Amino acid sequence: MTSLLAFTVLGLFTGAAYSIAASGLVLTYATTRVFNIAHGAMGMVMAFTFWDLAYRQGIPTPVALFLVLFVIAPAMGWFVQRVMMRGLGEAPVSVSLVVSVGLFVGLIGLAQQVWPPAARTVQPFFGEASISIFGVVVTAHQLITIGLAAVVAGMLYLLLNRTRIGTAMRASVDNHQLLQLYGGNPERVAALSWAIGASLAALAGILLTPVIGLDYFELTLLVINAYAAAMLGRLKSLPMTFVGAMSLGVLQSYAVAYLPSSGQLAGLRAVVPAIFLMVIIIALPQAQLRIGQVKGLVSVPVPSLRRSLLTAVGAVFLALAVTVGLSDANLLLAGTAATYAIVMLSLVLLTGYGGHLSLSQFTFAGVGAVAYIQLGSANLFGVFMAAVIAALVGALVALPVLRLTGLYLALSTLAFAVVMDKLVFQADFAFSTDGFLEAERLSVLGVVITNDTSYVMLMILAFLAVGITVLAVRRGPVGRILIAMRDSPAACGTLGLDQRWFRVALFGASAGIAGLAGALFASMRGTIAAAEFNVLASLPLLLIAVVCGVTSVTGAAFGGILLMLMPVVSSSNPGLAGLVFAVVGFGAVALGRNPNGLASLGFLAGRKVWGRYGDRLPIWTAEDVPPAQTGPSQTDPPQARPEEVTTR
Amino acid sequence: MSVPILEVVDVHAAYGRIEVLRGVDLRVPRGSVMALLGPNGGGKSTLLKVISGQMEVTSGDVHLGGVNVSGAKPAELARLGLCTIPEGRSVFPNLTVEENLLLMSYAGVPAEQVLETAFGYFPRLEQRRDQLAGTMSGGEQQMLAMSRALASDPALLLLDELSMGLAPLIVEELYETVGQIAQSGVSILCIEQFAKTALAVSDYAAVMVGGRVIASGEPDEINESMADVMLGGAA
Repeated sequence: MTSLLAFTVLGLFTGAAYSIAASGLVLTYATTRVFNIAHGAMGMVMAFTFWDLAYRQGIPTPVALFLVLFVIAPAMGWFVQRVMMRGLGEAPVSVSLVVSVGLFVGLIGLAQQVWPPAARTVQPFFGEASISIFGVVVTAHQLITIGLAAVVAGMLYLLLNRTRIGTAMRASVDNHQLLQLYGGNPERVAALSWAIGASLAALAGILLTPVIGLDYFELTLLVINAYAAAMLGRLKSLPMTFVGAMSLGVLQSYAVAYLPSSGQLAGLRAVVPAIFLMVIIIALPQAQLRIGQVKGLVSVPVPSLRRSLLTAVGAVFLALAVTVGLSDANLLLAGTAATYAIVMLSLVLLTGYGGHLSLSQFTFAGVGAVAYIQLGSANLFGVFMAAVIAALVGALVALPVLRLTGLYLALSTLAFAVVMDKLVFQADFAFSTDGFLEAERLSVLGVVITNDTSYVMLMILAFLAVGITVLAVRRGPVGRILIAMRDSPAACGTLGLDQRWFRVALFGASAGIAGLAGALFASMRGTIAAAEFNVLASLPLLLIAVVCGVTSVTGAAFGGILLMLMPVVSSSNPGLAGLVFAVVGFGAVALGRNPNGLASLGFLAGRKVWGRYGDRLPIWTAEDVPPAQTGPSQTDPPQARPEEVTTR
Repeated sequence: MSVPILEVVDVHAAYGRIEVLRGVDLRVPRGSVMALLGPNGGGKSTLLKVISGQMEVTSGDVHLGGVNVSGAKPAELARLGLCTIPEGRSVFPNLTVEENLLLMSYAGVPAEQVLETAFGYFPRLEQRRDQLAGTMSGGEQQMLAMSRALASDPALLLLDELSMGLAPLIVEELYETVGQIAQSGVSILCIEQFAKTALAVSDYAAVMVGGRVIASGEPDEINESMADVMLGGAA
């Protein structure tokens, strides 16, 4: 009985910390309609800042706490809202989430750069002081946390319901233009709510640090717990958020106490929040259809079949010319770039055309890789089956969110990736606990491709084939439905389209492409590690895809190379590893607003060249050139770029 | 002649490359009610957006009470005494009636006074003070919106399509309130599709077609000479 009580107290403590984090999340989302996926990362950076002030600089703890909670964190929240998130509330979810994922990755990189990995500890407040309630030892730190959660709840309630600025916060979501006509200032209101949100994230991070340690990732992934709690209140209701946070905390504590600590289900304890989240999402009622915006996204033009085939042939010749002389190590890099590029093609389909976001694309690649290896048939059939299995898993992930909108889908993929990382990939039928798997080289029609050069060529061919297919789909009726659904789900609803199963199929197809890439990758490498497919790998993938252009095959090719170069750069300059992440993250913050990315700039430049010299090039006939008003055309062979870079 | 409360001088404005206002000139004398009429697409709502600061001009000036206010933000103008009621339901649907009224105090009038004025004119709002504004009927929402005009005692009131989507009886009721506001000395510029209703309460009228004011004058003159234009014939 006492142990049950002890675990309940522990659960209430973590629940209280979650509720502080979750209420910050709800506050920012409810007042600006931007879901801050970097909420946990902000708390993480602030916890590190607190450690730095209090333990390294030796500032007295109360002063350090005051500085972090009331000066640094609000300043950061204000800065993030003013500089990064401004005006994103009206943008499509795929844009606003990409920006906050960029912040997420950027903050992790920043923290690693400023505070390189080392053992750091933060003592609980008032040390080991404790009291005993009904025979259960409750530490002062736990009491303080629970007390603070109650204080935060009360203050937020008063702020939002009893003050004019709080009312204006809620009003600005309804109609921020009208608020201006009333004489209020929506910008100030938004900045204030982000400042409070950041401060709450910091408080939660600092309170949890003595328990979970000063860890970049544990604290960052706190956002999943906070989000799970906030979902119970549907990201709106603060009281329900507190209920959710407390139940999650207690549930997690009981899981630690009563679930087996070894064997197949050992990982279950770590994924309680993710599972909690999925259960809530399944139970949510149908979301309303969103009405399209007038200022829709303008995509880059889609090349004709003839043009994409010609470009592909050009790319093959270029790839041949480049790969022949490469060393084995560089060949593997070229193959890796091709893998990444194929995974990015899956995002072109899902995000670029469909407007949905997935934060777990590498997890699907991992599913494909594992399926390829465990099926034990190292041939084209095996690759095909691996893709099919990945597609089925993808469809399964999309199923629970059949009725919900983009934000929930994206966040449930994040939860899914965490579940796979900590539970499934560690199981015996996948990577098992040591995290490595041996793969056989692929054989095509009975011929095993042992030569690395040929195999890399095969991967490049696979990339081109998938790229041509994706473009063909985009040109056809399915592509039209995709774009229509992205731009106005409500209009599609009135046309009688059933978008739900279409969405599941789209998600499945995208996961299938990622799975194909995973299978080819496993076959190339020979040995793969579970760590290559974890959730924190999927985020830079998404960011680079968007930065390079998630609406075009060229962007995918370009992004594949860039993603491949990222670890290359950071391993040659280990001191800059964090900086590379930070650059990618903040780059996405800067460029995330235009999903057409850098590739569209290339098209624009290409179009200018074409305009001047186009008539002297006999390759393409006149009808291949899109009319002027449809935008830039592709003049340079886009798929040729992977090989160009690997030669450097 | 005294300084007009609103003077619009050769205003041009555009949505992207499409020019919507092509040199608008308009004067609203202090204390008068002006009806702005004309067919759809004439630029009436755009002109209102320009005056209220929601849209930037490409050239030209807007003077409020003799002061050039081009480039001012909507919130600043609101605190200076410009009250704009945009088209559609201009209330916050997810806030209660009372909270909506509370926000009206941003324009500079204490909250208690806002509540008193609003409940004085529209007792029905008092019965619904804890109800979400979005759950009220269209007419009640428009009453709530009009409360802002009544309570904030503005120097100039801009009304855009007060009648949109409302039953004729309610429209008449609302225009009675507009008349009362005008009696208290507030200058009003109102856009209206129901030309007759608007002309009944206005001192002057102007007609906008193709991004210009093509005629202005007494309501009777306008009514006679511009009937075909207002019905959309010249659009």
